[in-house]
Amino acid sequence: MRFKPLRTSSNPTLGAGRGLKLSVWAGVLFLHLPLALIILYAFSSEDKSYVFPPPGLTTQWFAVAMERRDVWDAMGLSFQIALWATAIALVLGTLAAGALARTPFFGREAINLLLILPIAMPGVITGISLRSAYHAMDIPFSFWTIVIGHATFCVVVVYNNAVARLRRISPSLVEASMDLGANWFQTFRYILLPQLGTALLAGGLLAFALSFDEVIVTTFTAGQQTTLPIWMLQELIRPRQRPVTNVVAVVMIALTFIPIVAAYWLTRADEDSNNR
Amino acid sequence: MTTDRASVIEQLSTLLYTRKGLLLAVLLAPPLLWFGIVYLGSLLALLANSFFRLDDFTGQIVREFGFSNFLEIFSPTNLDVALRSTLMAIAVTAACTAIGFPVAYYMARHARGTQKALLFVAIMLPLWSSYVVRLYAWKLLLAKEGAISWTLQTMNAQWLLDGLLSLPVIGGSSLSFSPMGTFVVFVYMWLPFMILPIQAAIERIPGSYLEASSDLGASPSQSFWQVVWPLAIPGVAAGSIFTFSLTLGDYIIPQVIGNSTLYIGQVVFRQQGVAGNLPFAAAFSLVPILIIAVYLYLAKRKGAFDAL
Repeated sequence: MRFKPLRTSSNPTLGAGRGLKLSVWAGVLFLHLPLALIILYAFSSEDKSYVFPPPGLTTQWFAVAMERRDVWDAMGLSFQIALWATAIALVLGTLAAGALARTPFFGREAINLLLILPIAMPGVITGISLRSAYHAMDIPFSFWTIVIGHATFCVVVVYNNAVARLRRISPSLVEASMDLGANWFQTFRYILLPQLGTALLAGGLLAFALSFDEVIVTTFTAGQQTTLPIWMLQELIRPRQRPVTNVVAVVMIALTFIPIVAAYWLTRADEDSNNR
Repeated sequence: MTTDRASVIEQLSTLLYTRKGLLLAVLLAPPLLWFGIVYLGSLLALLANSFFRLDDFTGQIVREFGFSNFLEIFSPTNLDVALRSTLMAIAVTAACTAIGFPVAYYMARHARGTQKALLFVAIMLPLWSSYVVRLYAWKLLLAKEGAISWTLQTMNAQWLLDGLLSLPVIGGSSLSFSPMGTFVVFVYMWLPFMILPIQAAIERIPGSYLEASSDLGASPSQSFWQVVWPLAIPGVAAGSIFTFSLTLGDYIIPQVIGNSTLYIGQVVFRQQGVAGNLPFAAAFSLVPILIIAVYLYLAKRKGAFDAL
């Protein structure tokens, strides 16, 4: 903490004019009105079109959606894929963070870039690459082909969170622990891991949300499997049951908002001191 | 027995602590193996595929080295697709900068405490929340009977919408079937990716720079253009990498919102899916990689990677 440069209290030399405030609010509304609208539509009594404003409000569609086997199956599949992808990403991301956090070595920047690439490149490229590889090796599409794709782009999320936290842990803590006779494994278990805990939890939550929502790479790596986003996408292209789709959309918003907000609270102290 | 085990652990521990290189290798091996095999391996498979070709009669992939796919890319239709996608990516990047900059600036220099945290969450939520769901929201918004049409009608501004839709090139039968609609949705989708890096860049500008600037007699607008903007450019460049590359590769947004004009991602998706021509799809997907590589090179010269 002592090494952190003093945060200069910004003196609002350039005052926040009315125009600036207005454009901030307009930007935030632009980002959030569409999501609010989905919640409104889930209660609409109209089931044939997207008419606005909804002619009446009802909660019946939630019950209808609850009865749907295909929705539950898709959700279950997405859940399992996200769990596996998150587990793999947690292991690989933490290891990579441990290696790259402090010690500089030849090729460090290249490895850093390699970890970011799957998420910075358009999903279509990651997707078609994986598809080419499966095709070349005659691997049939399955649950695991989806998991492999998801895990690959989830690693960077865990890595980012873990690296930010590792850089905040003072190296003298590790030295003190070893001076006092703990071996390397004990130091990891009792010094590093507790400090890393919330960062890994946050990274895991974000990785989970990312995998749970992913659709582009999934369309390339799934055979007949229908994950929840793929189910949504099918409804988007050929709307068949608008009310059920509206309810599923609300559920998806809720399911991803919780991990995102939780992850934010768990790592908000890291935000100041790292160079994300 | 237990002492044996304990001493092995001790020795291993000492080894790992004294040989930093070994520790590094142990830590790096699993992620490097995974990324080397799964990710780089796949990219290589993609590259290899792009040199193969599809046999027109049998529909089988012929694994012979050749450049037929690359010649096909230079056909007028395909060049047209590449050009349209690039122009769209540039337009989306410009719009995201224009809308995102004030938000980022306000977050970095004016918002404090709870307000700042709330703004941050307000930008983070759409960034992380479901892509398909947000796209669905726009289908609802842009539909002919949807909220935007309704709002304009109640404001007696239907003529404005009709006028915009009758424009050549960007117009269409309704908002959800026009390139204008595609553009708006792209901007919406990638806006948070632009705001956060700009915010980080502005955050790093010491307040004393602005004090110095105004002490030396600069007007607020001079301070902005000569101090804040140049220092924020790395952030803009970092954000634009996302907006540019994500627009260039997306195939779902133009498929759901837009008329039937194609973008790079769609051509790739259709070629490998419906047409079963994986080799050509692979070759065509190298086009965005190439465009992005050029863009990254330009962005790097602007110092974009310092703000990532």
